[in-house]
Amino acid sequence: MTAEVNSYYPDYATETPKQFQFSPYADNGGSVVAIAGDDFVIIGADSRLSTGFAIYTRDQNKLFSLSKSTVLGCSGCWCDALTLTRILSARMQMYEQEHNKVMATPAVAQMLSTMLYYKRFFPYYVSNILAGLDTDGKGCVYSYDPIGHCEKATYKAGGSAGALLQPLLDNQIGLKNMQNVTPAPLTLEKALALLKDVFISAAERDIYTGDKVNINIITKDGIKEDTFELRKD
Amino acid sequence: MAAVLIADYPEPGFSFENCKRNASFVANGFVPPKATKTGTTIVGITYKDGVILGADTRATEDTTVSDKNCQKIHYLASNIYCCGAGTAADTEMTTQMISSQLELHRLNTNRVVRVATANQMLKQYLFRYQGYIGAALVLGGVDSTGPNLYCIYPHGSSDKVPYTTMGSGSLAAMAVFESYWRPNMNEDEGKKLVRDAIAAGIFNDLGSGSNVDLCIIKKGTAEYLRTYDEANKKGVRQASYRYPKGTTPILTTKTSNIDVHDVSITYVEPMDMS
Amino acid sequence: MSILSYNGSAMVAMKGDNCVSIATDKRFGIQGQTISIEFPKVFQMGPHLYVGLPGLATDTQTVVEKLNFRKNLYELKENRRISPKVFASMVSNLLYEKRFGPFFVEPVIAGLDPITAEPYVCNMDLIGCINEPEDFVVGGTASAQLFGMCEALWEPKLKPDDLFETTSQALINAFDRDAMSGWGATVYIIEKDKITVKDLKTRMD
Repeated sequence: MTAEVNSYYPDYATETPKQFQFSPYADNGGSVVAIAGDDFVIIGADSRLSTGFAIYTRDQNKLFSLSKSTVLGCSGCWCDALTLTRILSARMQMYEQEHNKVMATPAVAQMLSTMLYYKRFFPYYVSNILAGLDTDGKGCVYSYDPIGHCEKATYKAGGSAGALLQPLLDNQIGLKNMQNVTPAPLTLEKALALLKDVFISAAERDIYTGDKVNINIITKDGIKEDTFELRKD
Repeated sequence: MAAVLIADYPEPGFSFENCKRNASFVANGFVPPKATKTGTTIVGITYKDGVILGADTRATEDTTVSDKNCQKIHYLASNIYCCGAGTAADTEMTTQMISSQLELHRLNTNRVVRVATANQMLKQYLFRYQGYIGAALVLGGVDSTGPNLYCIYPHGSSDKVPYTTMGSGSLAAMAVFESYWRPNMNEDEGKKLVRDAIAAGIFNDLGSGSNVDLCIIKKGTAEYLRTYDEANKKGVRQASYRYPKGTTPILTTKTSNIDVHDVSITYVEPMDMS
Repeated sequence: MSILSYNGSAMVAMKGDNCVSIATDKRFGIQGQTISIEFPKVFQMGPHLYVGLPGLATDTQTVVEKLNFRKNLYELKENRRISPKVFASMVSNLLYEKRFGPFFVEPVIAGLDPITAEPYVCNMDLIGCINEPEDFVVGGTASAQLFGMCEALWEPKLKPDDLFETTSQALINAFDRDAMSGWGATVYIIEKDKITVKDLKTRMD
């Protein structure tokens, strides 16, 4: 009946029953990049939190340090990211008190995967990238989909500008599609410069990436923080 | 029809020959792609001597920026300019067409065209298409009646206003106008106000960005200030990504030479039209 | 899924120092299934003028026929070569005519002006809104990846050799991260006195 009325009159002409759908997710944007080296790992995330065409804040740190050698970068639905990281740090604490040692990065990676899959049919809408040093002190990066698929990598980009950032990392760190190049171990300086450059590129073209990059540099001495300004429009 | 002789000579007006095919794509579950939108901040004010129009320069396709420095202030006549927001192709093509009609009107009547005329032509055109031509416009100019500013909506309604904003950044820009606009401002105050309004849109609305364009129209002159303010500088790269020769693997190379003849150009005196 | 990503494509054009480049992948697929790996999507419209038509393959072929017709008619009528800028307007008008029932192509145009040899690149959306930047344009299903690559790699005043490497690397690395495009690539480097066409060796998966 209502369909018939609607086909004859403009949408404002009649009062029709409205169907409300449960939409519990928001997309708050943001991008995360992590790059691992032999004895370090760096992870960066932009600090813009937004929805639709509006900016909530220009200064939101999306990096959560879970231990002295593990940092998680979250983007996507921010409320889910907050809940997830709170439960995560609670479980880190429980592990520490139960086993009397800090959870190692590969163990955190596995736990995160389990926690995400636990919510298989009502997932946390978060793009996670976990960076840290493994038990041998080597840098490692783990990336996830929202329902807990986990992949170990040496470099990874995720979030709203993931598609823009990843190919340059493939090229510059993975040395893909290049002849006559000799693979050299990645230095921290090169990794930092590349991280900043991919964010500059992403800020140019992705409207959800901008304002500032928060960078965590993880080495055996602990976590060092750094920031880098991006365009603000 | 000359269809036998000329297979495809463009007929005037829109062509709907693909509509049925495209509807079948949609019926089969392929969502129609989105056109470039200028999720925009455009503004206009009247001041003591005329009108000032302003616009940002970002065009977006969904959440990516497709054009970082596009022109959103369009020429309509030597005394009338028009800012466009909405579907980028619609604002561009609509203003181009109205501009040509206004020029013909000027030649026919031998008078400077009025802003009211441009307004009427635009709104009648847009009304005819029931809002399907997604052009939201800020029209400004100076004619024998003085400074005029209109804002025109995609469905074909229009307002005559002393100051106005349009596009996704219109609220941010209007907040500035509502606070600081007053009648009979001088030119410098007006320029600063318009710049601030556009900047408010650029920084607070994600659909707007890059630079500020201004256009100042006074009696007898129009000044188009492209990139009046570069609100955002591109970040400086840390490293250069130039590749040494021979980096990319090549399968085959073909080179074809082109003979270039020197071209000389002779300019011809324009015909005396008076 | 959008109909623009039914067949898959990746395309990029860049400005250099007195030269321009245009590069394309060679895949023709029907969604996930690859049908051909030598499908032309870039077409020569003059000695120094190329147009790329990424999008729905059936429309790529229809539009190039229509463009050839209009371009030929223009060149016969005017008795001179069409300039890239005029050609862009021609494409734009053709697409906007079909505003309410568009062709699903997002053209990329690259060329040198026949008289001044000024480099020119532009692209447009499927209803003909022209974008004429001073650096590069991208199109197709891998456009997000291409934006990221080009934004980092492009620099002003690249010589033809450097422009080739930059364009090729941007394209290959971009489409390697896109499932719908790839399977070989062709790069055209357009200079005043010669055109160099290179087929690239790429991943074939």
